Amino acid sequence: MNEAIGSVLIVIGLAFDFFGCLGLIRFPDVYTRLQASAKCITLGTCGIILGLVCYKGFGATSIKALLCLIFIVLTAPVSAHALARAAYRSGVKPWAGTVVDDYSEDMDKIK
Amino acid sequence: MIFNTMMFMIWFSVWILLSWPIEIKDVISGILVALFVMFMTTGVMGPKDLSGRKNISLLGYLGRAMWFVCYVFVFLWECLKANIDVAYRVIHPDLLIRPGTIRIRVSLKSDIGLTFLASSITLTPGMTTIDIDKVNGVLYVHKLYIKDDDRKLAVVDKFEHILSRIFE
Amino acid sequence: MKKTRYIAGLITIVAIAIIILFCPISSIIRWQSEFLGRAFLWLILSAFMCLFRIMRGPTAPDRIVAIDMLGILIVGFCAILSIPTGRDWYIDIGIAWALQSFIGIMALSKYLEGKDFDE
Repeated sequence: MNEAIGSVLIVIGLAFDFFGCLGLIRFPDVYTRLQASAKCITLGTCGIILGLVCYKGFGATSIKALLCLIFIVLTAPVSAHALARAAYRSGVKPWAGTVVDDYSEDMDKIK
Repeated sequence: MIFNTMMFMIWFSVWILLSWPIEIKDVISGILVALFVMFMTTGVMGPKDLSGRKNISLLGYLGRAMWFVCYVFVFLWECLKANIDVAYRVIHPDLLIRPGTIRIRVSLKSDIGLTFLASSITLTPGMTTIDIDKVNGVLYVHKLYIKDDDRKLAVVDKFEHILSRIFE
Repeated sequence: MKKTRYIAGLITIVAIAIIILFCPISSIIRWQSEFLGRAFLWLILSAFMCLFRIMRGPTAPDRIVAIDMLGILIVGFCAILSIPTGRDWYIDIGIAWALQSFIGIMALSKYLEGKDFDE
């Protein structure tokens, strides 16, 4: 029973990982790629780790895996934020189909 | 004082969970390391920039913990919706995107609250935080599909309401 | 032009998926569970897509995004590997990798922004 639930969670995680990587290939510029991959790959890896927890049951490995999950959820958006800001500051232009661009108007005012 | 004790408990439990089959040497080294980390981090997260943090009673912390549990569930639901949305946009043949960066006004003041708001915006529907202007209270957000009336967003309001109960 | 590219990509990915789902796995990976072997191969496919973006990316931030995502994927690799092999220390490697990759990405983005590290 545990193995069945774990398998379902692992399959969901693998699917989201795959969609994240597909977004990394298909989207046109850095910011959209960052969005797709940061969301999907974080949730996908969380699904895989939860599947591992279902397989192993309660024990030392599961606790470490849950700590690893919390750590990934806390750090992945922070690094995505830092990368997006650094890309804007280093002068990478957004895609040509961008509709509004409020940030590049205000970029010099913010330290 | 209550804040310091709470942070000590958190770091100590992290240490204990990382070295799970507990022996007596783990407990002693855990207490030493947790004390050290607590004194190092109260300068960053502590009462310095969160005015009024010292006066919160134990009951106040309990209420905050309840709101935090509520926040976790709301966050998980929004995160799942966002992922399904992004997956749909990725596999669609026409790539349904109209990207752009917009300003969003927020009323949160504390550093930790703003960090949590920015992180949860990054993991929920179609948005990534790019920059925070703390003086004017403006969040710059890159959005995957911009509609015309997007200056005020319901998701951000919901998170802000919950986070102002926790961190302000 | 766009449509032909889409169809070509779709056909490639469906072909690779069929190969992964129906190949005789026991001759490649000798684990007890056949399902986990196929899951591992599927994760390797995702990692190769990240590597493609590292190879092709027109600007430096593209490559760094792909490196970041590869770092998170490797934690997933460690989690899957620790089930059939029964070696629990793989998840320790995962924790250490997540920490190290986070610090590395912060350093790289500071470098891109052109600032010193004392800010």
